[in-house]
Amino acid sequence: MSETTVPEAAAVETVAPDSVAPESVALGELALEVRSKNAGPFWVTMELFMRDAASYRLAADEAYVSEQVIAHLYRVDADDVQIFRIPSLNVVKISFPRPISQGSLRDRDMHAGQHHVPLALVRVPRPEA
Amino acid sequence: MSTTHDRPADSVRVFAPTGMLGAGFAESTVERALALGADVISVDGGSTDSGPAYLGASKPKTTAAAVARDLRSLLKAAARADIPLIVGSCGTSGTDSGVDWVAGLAAQVMAEEGLDLRVARIYSEQSAVDLKEHLSAGRIHPLPPLGQLTAETLQSCTHIVGAMGHEPIVEALQSGAQVVFAGRATDTAIAAAYPLIKGMPAGPTWHMAKIVECGGQCTTNPRAGGVLATVDAQGFEIEPLDTDAACTPTSVAAHMLYETVNPFRMREPDGELDVSDATYVALDDRRVRVEGSRFHVAEQHTIKLEGARLSGYETISFSAIRDPLVLGDLGRWSALMRTIITERVGQTLGLSTDEYAFDLRLYGHNAVLDELEPETGPPREVAVMLLVSAADQATATAVAKVANPLMLHLPTPDMDYLPSFAFATSPAEIERGAAYEFVLNHVVESPTPTSLFRIEMGETR
Repeated sequence: MSETTVPEAAAVETVAPDSVAPESVALGELALEVRSKNAGPFWVTMELFMRDAASYRLAADEAYVSEQVIAHLYRVDADDVQIFRIPSLNVVKISFPRPISQGSLRDRDMHAGQHHVPLALVRVPRPEA
Repeated sequence: MSTTHDRPADSVRVFAPTGMLGAGFAESTVERALALGADVISVDGGSTDSGPAYLGASKPKTTAAAVARDLRSLLKAAARADIPLIVGSCGTSGTDSGVDWVAGLAAQVMAEEGLDLRVARIYSEQSAVDLKEHLSAGRIHPLPPLGQLTAETLQSCTHIVGAMGHEPIVEALQSGAQVVFAGRATDTAIAAAYPLIKGMPAGPTWHMAKIVECGGQCTTNPRAGGVLATVDAQGFEIEPLDTDAACTPTSVAAHMLYETVNPFRMREPDGELDVSDATYVALDDRRVRVEGSRFHVAEQHTIKLEGARLSGYETISFSAIRDPLVLGDLGRWSALMRTIITERVGQTLGLSTDEYAFDLRLYGHNAVLDELEPETGPPREVAVMLLVSAADQATATAVAKVANPLMLHLPTPDMDYLPSFAFATSPAEIERGAAYEFVLNHVVESPTPTSLFRIEMGETR
């Protein structure tokens, strides 16, 4: 066992490019629900249930939600990220291996139930009404 | 038992009262399910979701009174309607003692209620010795993200279970069981077993089983209780048992996403469910029909293994900070805390950093998401939780006791006086006992679909 070193809460860079900043909105504000959960002890899965087709198109757009964006937000390897875009449900689903073993000393979210928040805060251009 | 294994059925109605035995449901749920002609009751009794301790220690998450309450309702319903009751993953983790615990509670309920039902227990615990033979024969394979298994890892587990498919449950029912208490089973197997006996097609049956696994979760009101699903030759229909709740094409389709990595394909021991082409159609404002689900039978039947081992013993201590001066410099304060704890533990206990570990969590600041936390800004108050792990309880507690004066008085690097923080309890240390970790995510090629499981048939009174 080794001493745990926990990096300080750094200001995580947001993914919003400057060009969309003035008219930008968080994905969570355009969603009916954003949720995360374990998919078995070794995987995290999260879903963006978007309000409508216009909001879905933003969530499904690789410019805003991609393997690289998830890798950056959750500090995982982009090659391990799986993204499922489901237009019939206006849902984007994202899965990746749990970076911290469930129930271990470092696991602070046993059900991975609160891990959706960084995803929900991703900023996208405000869709046209 | 008069519920027939001999009559060909046009359809089979599966009643799923709740997502977990012991979570509770309204009696009206049961009444309505029976009135609608339920053919079988299936309910899940477990999960890995709450962490490795339940498997590692073989302890249930649910309390006996809540499980007995649900069993009383369901056993009476099963007896009254003369339909089978199937419980999977008994005792949370599905260990042998979990099966015996649920079966023991049921026996007590049946004695009190004067019920005579023939009970089967299906045990799913696996011995490391047997599994080592499978391993050396090349019959155990890792699932991502884990790698190849070693014999040492198998040997280190306190408990290993195999997640059965429908086959052992089918065998128990066909041997005359009216009630089945299964060890670890796939969430779907308990709902799929009876429709498969009655000749329903695998695609719709397994898809239905996935949708009903969490009871009312596939409805517009997840808290409202259970569901009834009717499987037939072409598909299945599903409706909530609370008349105020609804199943909609979206609520049903969305449940395929729940706790799954891939929302279109799901592996079972004998094959893979494929819902890529499934259609969801509203029959009215609260019932949905699903068609187009397929099941691809695998060339090799496999059983997924779950195993947990002791990772150490833990002691917790927590204090709280309200002082804005400290909260304004929390990053440096917590870094200093980590450094000084490590120094003091070395000085006083002579422990090197590989002999213990600790996590310092700042609840109210970044404890939940840690370095993933996107928000910044000083919090109003923060709980400082020190979680220590060591190979034995005494060492974990000793480390927490060494840290105690710091948890009470550590200033920030800029303060020239000693603050006093707010301890929540006295004594400050809380011994958590043994802690566990999951170490298996592997499948074993099973010689037959039932050979890794043991069925014990009980007699009616």
